[in-house]
Amino acid sequence: MSPLEIFLTTIGMAVITLGTRAFFLLPKEDLPMPRWLREGLRYAPIAALAAVVAPELVMTQGHLVDTWRDARIFGALAGLAFYAWRRSLFGTIVCGTGTMLVLRFGLGW
Amino acid sequence: MAIGIAAWGLVAGVAMTKSGMGVPLAIFMSVLVYAGSAQIAALPLIAGNAPMWVVWATTLCVSLRFMAFSFHYRPYFAHLPRRQRIALSFLMGDTNFALFARRFDEPRPGVRHEEYFLGSALLTFGVWQVSIITGIVAGSGIPESWGLGFAGTMALLALTCTQLRSPVNGVAAVVAGCAAIAAYALPLKLNIIVAIAAAVAVGVLADRSGARQ
Repeated sequence: MSPLEIFLTTIGMAVITLGTRAFFLLPKEDLPMPRWLREGLRYAPIAALAAVVAPELVMTQGHLVDTWRDARIFGALAGLAFYAWRRSLFGTIVCGTGTMLVLRFGLGW
Repeated sequence: MAIGIAAWGLVAGVAMTKSGMGVPLAIFMSVLVYAGSAQIAALPLIAGNAPMWVVWATTLCVSLRFMAFSFHYRPYFAHLPRRQRIALSFLMGDTNFALFARRFDEPRPGVRHEEYFLGSALLTFGVWQVSIITGIVAGSGIPESWGLGFAGTMALLALTCTQLRSPVNGVAAVVAGCAAIAAYALPLKLNIIVAIAAAVAVGVLADRSGARQ
């Protein structure tokens, strides 16, 4: 793409992301919506987070990992364990990433 | 939390330089779009000379999850003037949503909510922009093997944990994770949308069977 095209593409992307973010905040009245959907949408944010995280942990180049010796899986488990123990966000990040790096560089996984 | 954002921002910045779009445009994009996942999804398309509408369609699919956040913020912020609502919308992100939802359970308006949102959102914005611009300028000087991308994933994992407030929430998260992996082959990151739909469906069914007992 030429710089001008990238510029225009970027403007469009900005409008689209802002549109999705403002979608339910802008209208004056509540949008009509069946109650089951209104209640079901409570689960959407955690689903979105889990859906972004899960493939990052167990997939490589679009395929499920075929060995249990994957540093990321153990890093994630270590992070989860730390969270269950201390409820600390920072600790979870450090513990998970640290475990992953130790396995990757120490054992070559 | 800022560590996770900073790591993820660095990775995104490096990725943007490697796509060959040039430093000024990369900075322009990260300030104006301010959505890491959408930017990263758009990079290969821009580098590969895809038509503009394909990039936009991808951006839309990746950003659909923001609609869920927007829906949850509505009871807190719907009473504000339109200009402020647009500003708040621009600052929405995964991190500050998870922090906000952990802090405030009851959906009602209040000054505290606005202050908390603004505080965490502006901090996130600042850290993100500094780190992504560092990544853009430093470019390929930062090797992938440092595991910076993984630190970002760990941050999101920790945030997911903060949302586990009921057993049904946990089931919804597991369903969404499995669905996202199973549907990974779908184009435009639509696996995220499939996963959300599956988790919402399971949540609704679980609520109903719970109510009947």
